[in-house]
Amino acid sequence: MTERQTAPADPEPPSTPSIVGDAVFVARGLTKVYRMGEVEVHALRGVDMELYAGELMVLLGPSGSGKSTLLNILGGLDVPTSGTVSYQDHDLTVLDDAALTRYRREHVGFVFQFYNLIPSLTARENVSLVTEIAADPMDPADALAIVGLGERLDHFPAQLSGGEQQRVAIARAIAKQPDVLLCDEPTGALDAATGIVVLEALERVNRELGTTTAVITHNAVIAKMADRVVTLSAGVIADERHNDRKTAARELSW
Amino acid sequence: MTALNRILFRDLWHMRSQALAIAVVMACGVATYVMSLSTLESLQQTRRTYYERYRFADVFTSLKRAPNALAPRLAQIPGVGQVQTRIVVDVTLDVAGLSEPAVGRIISLPHHGEPTLNRLHLRRGRQIDPTRRGEVLVSEAFADAHKLGPGDHVDAVINERLQQLNIVGVVLSPEYIFQIRGGEVLPDDKRFGVFWMSYDQLAPAYDLDGAFNNVTLRLMAGASQPEVIRQLDNLTRPYGGVGAYGRNDQVSHRYLSDEIKQLHNMGVIAPAIFLGVAAFLLNVVLGRIIQTQREQIAAIKAFGYTHVEVGVHYLKLALMIAGVGLVLGVIVGVWMGHNLAELYTQYYRFPVLQYRLNPGLIASVTLIATAAAAVGALGSVWRAAFLPPAEAMRPEPPSGYHATIVERLGLQRYVSAPARMVMRQIERRPWKAALSSLGIAMAVAVLVLGNFSVDALDYLMAFQFDTAQRQDMTVTFVEPTTGDAVYGVGHLPGVRHVEPFRAVPVRLRAGHYDRRVSIMGLVRSPDLFRLLDTHERVIELPPEGLVVSRKLADLLHVTPGQLVTVEVMEGQRPVRRVPVAALLEDFSGTNAYMRIDALQAFMHEGPTVSGAFITTDANRNDTLYRTLKRTPRVAGVTVKHAALESFRNTIAQNMLQMQFFNMLFACVIAIGVVYNTARVSLSERSRELATLRVLGFTRAEISSILLGELAIVTAVAIPVGLVIGYGLAALLAIGLDTEMYRIPLIIDRSTYGFAATTVIVASVISGLIVRRRLDRLDLIAALKSRE
Ligand SMILES: Nc1ncnc2c1ncn2[C@@H]1O[C@H](COP(=O)(O)OP(=O)(O)O)[C@@H](O)[C@H]1O
Ligand SMILES: [Mg+2]
Repeated sequence: MTERQTAPADPEPPSTPSIVGDAVFVARGLTKVYRMGEVEVHALRGVDMELYAGELMVLLGPSGSGKSTLLNILGGLDVPTSGTVSYQDHDLTVLDDAALTRYRREHVGFVFQFYNLIPSLTARENVSLVTEIAADPMDPADALAIVGLGERLDHFPAQLSGGEQQRVAIARAIAKQPDVLLCDEPTGALDAATGIVVLEALERVNRELGTTTAVITHNAVIAKMADRVVTLSAGVIADERHNDRKTAARELSW
Repeated sequence: MTALNRILFRDLWHMRSQALAIAVVMACGVATYVMSLSTLESLQQTRRTYYERYRFADVFTSLKRAPNALAPRLAQIPGVGQVQTRIVVDVTLDVAGLSEPAVGRIISLPHHGEPTLNRLHLRRGRQIDPTRRGEVLVSEAFADAHKLGPGDHVDAVINERLQQLNIVGVVLSPEYIFQIRGGEVLPDDKRFGVFWMSYDQLAPAYDLDGAFNNVTLRLMAGASQPEVIRQLDNLTRPYGGVGAYGRNDQVSHRYLSDEIKQLHNMGVIAPAIFLGVAAFLLNVVLGRIIQTQREQIAAIKAFGYTHVEVGVHYLKLALMIAGVGLVLGVIVGVWMGHNLAELYTQYYRFPVLQYRLNPGLIASVTLIATAAAAVGALGSVWRAAFLPPAEAMRPEPPSGYHATIVERLGLQRYVSAPARMVMRQIERRPWKAALSSLGIAMAVAVLVLGNFSVDALDYLMAFQFDTAQRQDMTVTFVEPTTGDAVYGVGHLPGVRHVEPFRAVPVRLRAGHYDRRVSIMGLVRSPDLFRLLDTHERVIELPPEGLVVSRKLADLLHVTPGQLVTVEVMEGQRPVRRVPVAALLEDFSGTNAYMRIDALQAFMHEGPTVSGAFITTDANRNDTLYRTLKRTPRVAGVTVKHAALESFRNTIAQNMLQMQFFNMLFACVIAIGVVYNTARVSLSERSRELATLRVLGFTRAEISSILLGELAIVTAVAIPVGLVIGYGLAALLAIGLDTEMYRIPLIIDRSTYGFAATTVIVASVISGLIVRRRLDRLDLIAALKSRE
């Protein structure tokens, strides 16, 4: 079904988990070149990939391999230098800035490595920052309950631990009931135990709400909880595989 | 409330002291704008209605004596609406409690009721009863200065006879809103008063039965004033008319117009300075906020907030600060406007000075303040709105520092590490440092400018009344008289030295320019009334020709050596061309001087004099005054020190008040700039400073890094501010170069010292406030926070 330059042939259709459906994203021939004065940095050098409805995909790769660049393009934060990305029927590469903004507002939930909570807003208010501009949001308190922070609604970020802050960020991302959840190194700034709690939250969202989820990490252990693992290396996809058996986040350790 | 607005309010609360400092700078601008312009509008509006309701005349002239039959002919001049003829005379007054004589101006009232023009507003008492002898109305300024009221009386020498003036009413006149005797430089309500008396009683005393010596006219709409004046002059010339003039040359009107002009200048210049500084501060502070909130902004945009939403969010922050400044400024401005209007009622006598606040003014100041805030915020708002969300997700790269000039010159050995940090910080963003310096420099300049007027006035007073004019008193005679009169004055008790003068009203013409002035004839080398140039050098009068004020020469477009036509307005009215011999740089009025013998020859008269300057033995002044009060020939006596004193008492007090406000304003600017600059550097460098603390640097050492930057910025600002202040003072001096005054560009050294010291103190205070924050620097938190 797909042709990739570097991925090994994968004759079998994926042993699809029950909830995985059609491709939500289809990217073809994506390249991204950053120009910094004289120097050109080729962050992506021709990436083809899909993200399927309902799946939990892990994007693995060493630091600097282009993971964030790819995710940012999928999320409408950035545009590729060449190639195409479509989201459902829409070609993201032809959208102008305003349309990309609308696309993010309506469809995408983001979780960042450094949480990016607004320090002057409480947990609940941080979530409502997003629900206020969403078409069909959950109640912020419910979103926080899903990530296990039902008791900490009125705490400010400074009063929460790193793991808790990241869970607020996840609640904030899911509260608008996005079609896709894009997480860039969500455990990157956390210790293992705390990271696992955060991954559990993501796992739960993917399972219970059926949100299509992409998680970036450079930590190979985390790949075990994915339906599918795509490995990026120096701007190209080096490997793609399906997990026959997903490991529950709780059982991971590193 | 939306989450974005919640962020707004919390951010605002978080930066409240900085926001307040900016808001207060803004408030000063708004307040001076509201104060000046609302008072200006109130003055203008009040004056307009007063003039209208009390029928203030448009054209004025005096003559020697004309029969009443001339009046209908004056009324027939095309364009003339109404004519009011009357008698106006100056007399010597003896007022209880005032040892020196005062000058009273008596104006006749028609025997049938009210005058058609320049009607009176009765403040207290009643109108005069023409059948009762000696009843008069008195101007309120004079009545207040002497605490006189209905039932009191003053003595006057009316045409050589002592007469008691019985006050029955206290009044205001649109002709004397500002009461000053023509030709004087200083107002003196104690020694100059205006009285109104029945024509039937005044006329016989001056042999003016059925005649008049003064005319005022009101023009019809659309009439040409110069044309009316020309025809009026033609008609009055045979009767000794001295030439008519319009409102622009009417003393009271002109003073008030000057005041209005000054209010307007203040209402433009001061707000421009304050709002400029406020805009700069908003720019710096907002710029820093956006820098620290990069990731926050990026996240918000990643969630789908638009450019506009993000831009508006930060614009709102600026506008809320401006809003606080606006509200504060309007409240203070209205309050100050009320006070200023109140103060004006001391100098300018209106039936009511209605302070009114035009809603349009509030609208315009709102617009201006908003625009200033928007301009200040624009750069930051723009950067926030168009911050690419993906890029903001990565931490900002370390700012690019490089070696400073000092180091490139190889002098780093002599510079400590903290000093190097200070220098690099400044060199890295020279524009920011330069603008901060400029802001503080403006505070210095405001102080210099504020004190300049005091210095200049001090100098002017000393120049005019000590150095140039050394007489104690000036005695003027009712009519030009023979030299014997001078001899008589010389023999009055206590008189030491007498110097006669001859003053002749003339019209000077050169080409199509002309001016009404008096030619002052002075003795050959005067001892008392000396002509000095701006370098205080004595100017010798040439045997022939005129020495005129530089300003008068400018107005007539003549240069030394050229001829002007002199048309005398009294006596035989000779007309002759006379050369301008030299120019005189002087500070008040438009004057023309000539040797007294040359002037007398020009007039085809003998040794005639108009008055004399005298010096006296202070111990015998009381006797002298008593005699002068009873000397019929003497029309008036001006006592120099008395006039000076009364001027100092009133004006000096107001000047002190103005100085206080200037100081306050300058401190607001200085503190606003220094404090915000310091807070922004603290925020930029708290991590670095905390690191140094962890490495073992002391509080004092890290303070010196932060405050060192401020010290340099302030140190640079002071000389720059002094220069700007000097420049602004020079501009002001040019702006105030009018026919009435020229302001010498004199700035005392103490003014520079005062300006520098005040700003240094303000800077040190704000430095100390920031230093307290520095002492509380949370080492752990500062190190944890990711930049
Ligand atoms: N805004 C940018 N400007 C210049 N180079 C960039 C920019 N963003 C990323 N890069 C470069 O592109 C490459 C890929 O970056 P990134 O996608 O962030 O990698 P990853 O997330 O896998 O660590 C890196 O070499 C990085 O330095
Ligand atoms: Mg990355």
